[in-house]
Parts: sequence; C-alpha cells; structure tokens
Amino acid sequence: MKKVLMTYPQNCIACHACESVCSNLYFKVDDPAFSRIRITEAEPEPHMNACNQCGICVQTCPTLALTINSQGVVMLNKNLCISCYMCVASCPTGSMFRHLGGLAPFKCIACGSCTEACPADAISIAETKEI
Amino acid sequence: MTDRKILAEFSYDLKPLEKGYNRRTLYVNVGSKEIKSKPVSDMMIDKFVGGKGFDLYLMWHGVKDDTKWNDPENEICIGFGPLCGNTNYPGSGKSIVTTISPLTGIPVDCNVGGHFGPYAKFSGWDAIEIQGKAEEELIVFIDGDKGSVRILTAPDEEINSHILAEELIKEFADSPDKHQFVSVVSSGKGAEHVPISCLNFSFWDKRRKVARLKQAGRGGTGMVFRDKRIKALVVKFSGLKGDTNHPEDLETLQKTGLKLHREIEEGDSSQCHMREVGTAHLVEIMNDYDLLPIKNFKYGQMDEAKGLASWEFKKLFTQGMPDGCWYGCSLACCKAVDGFIPRSGPYKGKSVLVDGPEYETVGGCGSNLCIWDAKDVVELNFYCDTYGIDTISFGTSCAFAMECYEYGILNKERTGGIDLTWGNADAVFELIHQMARGEGFGVIVGQGVRKMKETFAREYGADPKLLQDMGMEAKGLEYSQYMSKESLAQQGGYTLALKGPQHDEAWLIFMDMVNNHIPTFEDKAEALHYFPMFRTWFGLQGLCKLPWNDIEPANNAETDEPAKVPEHVQNYVDIYTAITGKPLDKHELIRQSERVYNFQKAFCLRMGRGRRIDDVPPYRAVGPVTEEEYLSRAERYDKLLQEKQGIDPAGKSTAEKMALLRAFREDQYQQLIDAVYKRKGWTPEGVPTLEHLKNIGMDLPEVLEVVKRFL
Ligand code: SF4
Ligand code: SF4
Ligand code: SF4
Repeated sequence: MKKVLMTYPQNCIACHACESVCSNLYFKVDDPAFSRIRITEAEPEPHMNACNQCGICVQTCPTLALTINSQGVVMLNKNLCISCYMCVASCPTGSMFRHLGGLAPFKCIACGSCTEACPADAISIAETKEI
Repeated sequence: MTDRKILAEFSYDLKPLEKGYNRRTLYVNVGSKEIKSKPVSDMMIDKFVGGKGFDLYLMWHGVKDDTKWNDPENEICIGFGPLCGNTNYPGSGKSIVTTISPLTGIPVDCNVGGHFGPYAKFSGWDAIEIQGKAEEELIVFIDGDKGSVRILTAPDEEINSHILAEELIKEFADSPDKHQFVSVVSSGKGAEHVPISCLNFSFWDKRRKVARLKQAGRGGTGMVFRDKRIKALVVKFSGLKGDTNHPEDLETLQKTGLKLHREIEEGDSSQCHMREVGTAHLVEIMNDYDLLPIKNFKYGQMDEAKGLASWEFKKLFTQGMPDGCWYGCSLACCKAVDGFIPRSGPYKGKSVLVDGPEYETVGGCGSNLCIWDAKDVVELNFYCDTYGIDTISFGTSCAFAMECYEYGILNKERTGGIDLTWGNADAVFELIHQMARGEGFGVIVGQGVRKMKETFAREYGADPKLLQDMGMEAKGLEYSQYMSKESLAQQGGYTLALKGPQHDEAWLIFMDMVNNHIPTFEDKAEALHYFPMFRTWFGLQGLCKLPWNDIEPANNAETDEPAKVPEHVQNYVDIYTAITGKPLDKHELIRQSERVYNFQKAFCLRMGRGRRIDDVPPYRAVGPVTEEEYLSRAERYDKLLQEKQGIDPAGKSTAEKMALLRAFREDQYQQLIDAVYKRKGWTPEGVPTLEHLKNIGMDLPEVLEVVKRFL
C-alpha cells in the first residue's frame, strides 16, 4: 500500500487555496510557484497536478537522495541531493519541481495539509494499491 | 588496512572556488617528495582556459626538449577545467590527462570520466602536476575535507585496478556510507610491461555498491604512472553540492541543464539508446554502413557482426541504472555487466563487474579480430581495464599481429605457440595475460604496432613496405575503430590529430561519405578546422562530448548547420558564461581552442614530431592494400576509377587498378593536407605561421622561439 494525494478535478473550483497552504507551509510564501500541488485552470475542469508516488524519480536519482518510505511516499534527503534535476526531467507527471534560487527540488509528500483547506472536497489522502 | 608511512605532507587552506576556478594548481614530485601550490595567473586563464590548456602549459615548463617518457621530469598532468564538476549540465565531470607518451614521444591527452577530477578540483586545485620518479611504491592522497596532501608508502600487494580501487576507497572513506566521496586513479599489472596502457579513474556506484572504472585510455598514460612507481592517486571530498562550482548565474546553469535533461529524456529511446546500451549502439550502424573495422581494417562489413550488435550486449548489461560517469549525466552511457564470470586468467571463475564495453572496445577487441561472441569481448574488456591496458591500442595491435600471422610473417614458433588465426579468442586471452605477466609474445604485441613493424622487419625479414601499409598506426599511436578508407575527410580527421590517430578530433565519416555534405577540399578543410577546435573546447572545460551531438534537438535538421547542433553550441556558450561570468560567443569559443591547439602543435614540434612527414597515414587507412581487399569492393573501386580518374578499368589487372587507385588516393590525401594546413594557418610543412600565432594571441615568446626553429 502507499499513501498518496488523490485528486478529483470534477470537484475542483480552482480557488487555489491548496497551493496557498502548501507554499506557506514549506516555503513561507504565498506563491503557487512554490506549491507541491499545482492547479491549472482549464475547461471543462481544472487540471490538478500532484505526485502520485510512482517512484520513477527514485530510479533516476544518481545519489540515492530519493527513497520510498515505509508508507510508500517518495522522500528527498536534501543532504544527499546534488541538484542535478534528473528527477525533474524524468517525472512523467511533471510533479517534481525546481525553484528559483534554490538547490534541492521539491515534490508532494502526501502530508495532506492542503486537504483541510479545500472547500470543495477535490483532494484527499488515500491508501492505494501500488500502481 | 595497509600499514602506511607518511613520506611527505603538505597542508593548504581550504577555500571555496570562485566561478569555476581555484586559481592554484598542485605540484607533487614523487622523487624529491616536494609538494607545493602554484598560483594560476590571469594570463593562464585568458590564454589556456583550464583543463588540457593548463596541463599543457604546466608540462611545457616542466619538461625539456629531449625529455623521454621515462625521464623523471616527464609529467602526468590532470586538469579539470572551469565547467568541470558542475552537477547541473550533463557530461560535466571530465578530467584531462596529459603526459609525454611512451608510444609517440609527444604529448598525449585523454579525456576521462569518473569522480577523481571533480573531487580534486573541489578539494582546491585547478590541475595536478606530477613529476619525478619514486624509489618505492607510493600513493598520493589529497584530502579535500582537511586540506592536506600526503605522499604515503604503498606496500599493497594488489595492483590490478578492479581490486585496488575498491580497496583504497574502503580504506580512505570515513565510513561505509561515504564511499562515494573517494575516488582513485590507478593502473594495473599490464602497464608495468607494455606501453599500450591506460589509467583508471574510479567512481563509486551506490546502487551496485562497487567501484567502477573509466579510462584515460590513449597513448600509454598507465606506463608512465607505473614507471614513476605510483600505485594510486586518491582524493577525498565530502562536501559536494549543486553549486560547489560557485557559478556566477546558477539559474541559467540549472535551466540550461534541465532543458537538455528533458531533451535526453524524450529523445534517447528513439535517437541513440545510450541509456540502454551506451556507445555500443554504433556497432550495427557502422556495420550497415560498411565502416566497422574487420580483420585489421580490411573490411567494413560482415554478417557475423550481428553477434556483436548492441542487442547482444543489452542482454548482458544491467538495465535501469543511472549510469553516468559523473553526477547529473542523464545520457548515462557507462553500461556495466554485473556478475560476469571470466573463463580465463587469474580471475577465472570469479564473479566480477565489467564496465562497458563501449563501441571502440567492441570494434577493437571484437570485429577487428573476428571475435564474434559478445562475452569474449566483455572478458577482454575486463582484463584490459583491470590490467591497465588500452582496449583500442590492444585491439589494433592484436589485429596487426593476426594479419602478420595470416601472411606467414608470424608462425607458432615466433609467437611461442600461440595460434593467432582470426577469431581465436583463447589466443587473444593468452596475449593479454602475457602482457600482465610481462612474458612471452604478448609483450611484443604490447609494444604497439610501430615497434612490431620494426621488430618483424628486423627479426623475420618481413617486407617493411607491406608492414607499413597494413600497420594501423601513425606517429606511433594505434588507430581507433573506424574504417576511414572511403572517407577522405575522416582520413584527415585521424591522421592529422595532434596526439596520433584518434577520432576525438574530428569524426567526419557521415558528413563526408554518407551524406556528401563537404564535397570540396575547401569544405573538408573547413570541417577539419572547425571540429578539432570545437572538440578541443570540451577538453579545456572538463566536459564530455557525447551530450553535444548524440542527442539532437527535434528541429536540428532545419537549422543552418545541423552538423554543429547550433542549439547545443549555444547551450555551451550559456553555461560557460553562467559559471565563469565571462562573456563568450560561438566564435570566441573556437578561438579559445585555437590558442591551446596551436600551443600543443608547437609542443609536438619541440619534442621532435608534428611536421607534414608525421601526418602520413598507413595506406590501409586510405585504400585497399591487398588484392582481396580491392576485390571485396571491386565494383565500387572500378566505378571510382572511371568516374573520378577517367580510367576505363576494363582489361586491366587488379594489380594495375590498385596501383592507379593508390596513386590517385595518395595524391588526394596530400591535396587535403595542403587545404587543411592553409585553413589552420600553418605552412605547407605543418608549422604555425608567426602571423597566425599573433592573430590568435598565442605569440608567447617561448612558443615563437620553438616555432621559428621550424620555419
Ligand atoms: S515526483 Fe514524479 S516521478 Fe517522482 S514519484 Fe512523484 S510522480 Fe513519480
Ligand atoms: S536533483 Fe537531487 S533528488 Fe533529484 S535526481 Fe538529482 S540528486 Fe536526486
Ligand atoms: S555521456 Fe557517458 S561518458 Fe559522457 S558524461 Fe555522460 S555518462 Fe559520462
């Protein structure tokens, strides 16, 4: 089993509250560019992007800075990261991010903080079977 | 752990690099045990840039005009370049090794991966210069965490690299989880006996938990190393971060690197499969185009070659690993065979890891010898690496010996009982083990092709002209593994290369022969000016050339100059400026190289080579030497006689046609040299003119003094 952030775009009203919570929590800024979940407004429903913990980046990382923890979540050890961004390039869903001025990349770790802020039940934390 | 005595110690201040430079180089004399730091001047940076430029500059001032490879003053220099070690752009971890070569007597330069270069650089040095000859075996240890350099005794029994590198990593790492912070340069048993030797640069593979090896392969670097009685160079550096190079503009560096990562991610599986098979993907392509060396470069194509196609190696390579030779290389061409069991030699029956094979090794140790079993090539690759032998020179030398055996110049009596018929892998295994043991006919083969020519003519009365025609060396260095017979530009690319025939200066077969994009002498001369200069640049900076053109942007074919891959050239300009903060454009990029290239040319002249007479290829590189060779492509050659020379081949004997073709091809080659020398700013004798040296800013007094001797 693995812990993952589930998204329900049909419910999403693109209020961007989740991005605000996430960027504040991890970067102390209110800026979607620093959020680990990304909402792009689109028709007929917004596009919601969060890491599905598939682990492809883990295979790519040359320093073993990325590992999968006991809950099935892909975690980054910043001490081992050498900022090559091979993980960013290999992520099939574009959920591993590089940020301006920073060294280590960042990604969703299914902490679930955003779910509490969502007024529309568009995100939840779930335990899923391995893909 | 081995009991080591400290023979000398030197402490230095640790300080961060600034925009890619430390502004000092490390000097170690293993004879006198002197260790010191030398400042890097603005002049050095302006004119020599770094990497190979610094190496050659240091070496020029360290050796004399008549220094031989085994004189104490000969140096091994290892330079890193300002871009080396950045983790953001693929292919940024290369060191450049230079030394006076035991094969050619002139400076040889090798571009090599592994972690030693970046770690030595981040330990505080822009280049390392090693001189002297030790009385006892020793290790030079650079501790980049503490700021010290030590010369240590090395009573270790082990010499062969796959074991020694691993032992030393384990000994010098602070703890088992820190193995990746140590890197080792070593050679092997073979390098003690034969000049066709190499150096191994290690990198710790965290996933496989094993030390892996990349080679500074060409020109006998290993033999110089062992002659100095150096067992290993060891570096430790634990502070690697994404900005250790301290670039001026990290954002541009990261963005440009990520752009290329994405291109590789999208393009590799359709364009070149480097991540699955490394450079071995070239085997089937070269065979299809009649360019794979077979039977000592006689033929370029054979059905049997499918035994060495990349899909055969793919079955042996462990898949799905980030196989870069430095962090951040997403092209990841360093494939490995895990759990290989050799069937010969001292490691017979033991499980070993083999790095590669790469295309050159497959050509040299496979097709060129008619060895068609991928596993035999893997075994030769393993022993070459661990014994410190260059797979390219080894392959070409064995191929030459096999052809001599075919013609009866050699026989079992002369080889000590070894049956050197084409394809006899066991015989080739025996040769390599003899090189490591320093005994038997293997040691004669290991002297390289030029020495074998002399020996076989002198000892066995072989026809020197035939030996010269078929022995694939120039300047004393063996050819690497492409057939150049049908491409005039490639003949130039090989034979005009400063260090001896190696395709890393210019690889123009496809542009010339397959696509006919450089039809005139002037076009070819332009290409033979641009590409050697462009590729020299990688050696100045600490970069690998593969990420330049192995993957191309999707719209590359629509650009003005697709062969140059303009978008990637711009990437290099951008990352250079992002790291160093210095302005650059694609023209100044070439100019940077031109200065160092002409300096190296003057260096060769100073050491007694480098004139027109030294740029002569063996005829096998130019055209068919034997009748069977002519007949294998008779239709093509007959047509050429008709179309290019206006000669009707009908009624002429093969010998007559061969003579006519030869006269024509040799003349074409000479015309090519005229055009290339002119374009390079050299006299018809191959000497840089004073005016040219002034124009490019390489009119240093010491250079002019040498060049004037030859004008
Ligand atoms: S960041 Fe991307 S590659 Fe890594 S686990 Fe998440 S979705 Fe997969
Ligand atoms: S950026 Fe860091 S986490 Fe990502 S692949 Fe490189 S070293 Fe691993
Ligand atoms: S392409 Fe290959 S040789 Fe070049 S840097 Fe990458 S892994 Fe090393």
